[in-house]
Amino acid sequence: MTQTFTGNLEKIGDYKWRIPKGYLPGMRVPGIIYSDEKMLKSIVRDNAPQQVANAAHLPGIVKASMAMPDIHWGYGLPIGGVVATDIEAGGVVTPGGVGYDINCGVRLISTKLEGDDVRPHAKELVDALFRIVPTGVGSKGRIKVDISEEKNIMIKGAKWAVQKGYGWQEDLERCEENGFIDGADPSAVSQRAYQRGRDQSGTLGSGNHFLEVQEVDEIYNEDIAKTFGIKKGQVTLMVHTGSRGVGHQICGDYAKRMVNLLSRYKINIPDRQLSCVPVKSEDGQAYLGAMRCAANYAWANRQVITYLARQAFERVMGESAESLGMHLVYDVAHNIAKLEEYEIDGKKRLLCVHRKGATRAFPPGHKDLPERYRRVGQPVIIPGDMGRCSYLLAGTSEAEETFYSTCHGAGRLMSRTAAKKATRNRHIVQELAQKGITIRFTGRDTLHEEVSEAYKDVTDVVDIVQGAGISLKIARMKPLGVIKG
Amino acid sequence: MARYEQVPHTADLAAKIYGKSLSELFENAAFAMMDMSADLEGLAPEETMPVELEAPDKEDLLVCWLNEILYSLVSENILFFEFHVLSITDGKLTAEAIGQRIGEDEGRIRTEIKAATYHDVRIEKTGSGYEVTVVFDV
Repeated sequence: MTQTFTGNLEKIGDYKWRIPKGYLPGMRVPGIIYSDEKMLKSIVRDNAPQQVANAAHLPGIVKASMAMPDIHWGYGLPIGGVVATDIEAGGVVTPGGVGYDINCGVRLISTKLEGDDVRPHAKELVDALFRIVPTGVGSKGRIKVDISEEKNIMIKGAKWAVQKGYGWQEDLERCEENGFIDGADPSAVSQRAYQRGRDQSGTLGSGNHFLEVQEVDEIYNEDIAKTFGIKKGQVTLMVHTGSRGVGHQICGDYAKRMVNLLSRYKINIPDRQLSCVPVKSEDGQAYLGAMRCAANYAWANRQVITYLARQAFERVMGESAESLGMHLVYDVAHNIAKLEEYEIDGKKRLLCVHRKGATRAFPPGHKDLPERYRRVGQPVIIPGDMGRCSYLLAGTSEAEETFYSTCHGAGRLMSRTAAKKATRNRHIVQELAQKGITIRFTGRDTLHEEVSEAYKDVTDVVDIVQGAGISLKIARMKPLGVIKG
Repeated sequence: MARYEQVPHTADLAAKIYGKSLSELFENAAFAMMDMSADLEGLAPEETMPVELEAPDKEDLLVCWLNEILYSLVSENILFFEFHVLSITDGKLTAEAIGQRIGEDEGRIRTEIKAATYHDVRIEKTGSGYEVTVVFDV
């Protein structure tokens, strides 16, 4: 890479490191990285602090350019990046602070089943999920929509899906934003984005996206776990996917538009992928309107996949999804920009909070949480790699310092090519089988690229966010069956 | 001279691309993107797509060119493997991409590239021509 991080990281807490504001001349605020000493080594080796420092140049940025412990090298903002800008102070929005997979996110579905109920049927269940949910590169779904219906998806998100019969009414209140964000503007979406979204609703895609059947093997907080409907030994289902081609196209369209607007808005940034415009400008509003369309498309996508997955469980386990207790626990977005109000220097400010590979984590008592979770804080779903484990966390009031944001996953450690090279002669399917994990996949390359050791250990990541006080560990889930694109 | 080499990137794909001229750099960049994402062996030159693009500078033009080819792959299922730049100035590109329409189940695509990014893209003049590093989101 041409940009190398050459600065110092100052330790300002057990789990916090600062890149001083003076590291690069144009930085408006310092950078703050959440990490412990051990993980910091891989973070520096990866060069990602340079991208944290780059993002500190964004006009209107408040407090700091932040990064969660699952930080790794990306483009524009690093993965794990959190940046908030003050709208009234000329704060900007940047597509590079959200990424191409707009509203890539995760949902967790509970069941009444226990691990031992499912283990004898694991292969059958994984096969059924693999058959019913289209996976892989360019995967196309059975739900094909025309442009006017696609607009409905973009406006209504998961609500569109539930109204069409792809889900339960209660699913909606158990989603961030109730499954659809206001302010979507279908007129800000290009024909190309519509074209790409026509037949991708209810599809998983490829790369790190997955469906996973899991068993809860550890509870860290009985009270909160119970409120989330989670107990030890229980089987859960995790869904990780996003807005597919719609989001990719919208990000690309607006990145291009904003590269060409930098001089008009007199913005200087060190990386074109951080091209941005003021939130309050017409261009900023257009991007947010289009981004919300993709975000809603993603919520509808995860909802349709939930509907399909419930059918697969029904067929294999011979009971209805209702009697199997397949309730949605929660659904979180981890690539998105949101307008949220925070107190900055004693004054209430409306901020544009970019979370790119970071998860919103509202604290106990937050008005935007559904009543059932308001007492204990927001469920935060943190997927790990396919061979180790995933976590369910809860939001805390201390996370106000990160604009109620926390980590989003394990974070990559090895490049895809390095992972492929390192595992070339290994039989990954067999290795997983020895751990009791059944896997089905579409791309063989993907299987090798997604091998456990290509990722940081998600346990280290969540221990850091808990240590820093910005989330609370509630439960750990181990994979039983994995479906990869 | 190699047309491109893949360089390590923690999460995505990155390639350092070479060309004796700016035209060749653009041709090789498109080839690098397709070669990293799909198996191009034995494809027939059945489809020709003319491309005309304008952008404020050559870096922007390069990213637009790559995303234009990518869009034809995702929307039309055309795998391009040969590229001819007919003319190129700082702001304007005229080119054609040649490839073959593929079936959805052919299994030729190894990696779904979501986009060519603008991240740190800088076309540099070297002793033997031009080079640029492009990061692709996957």
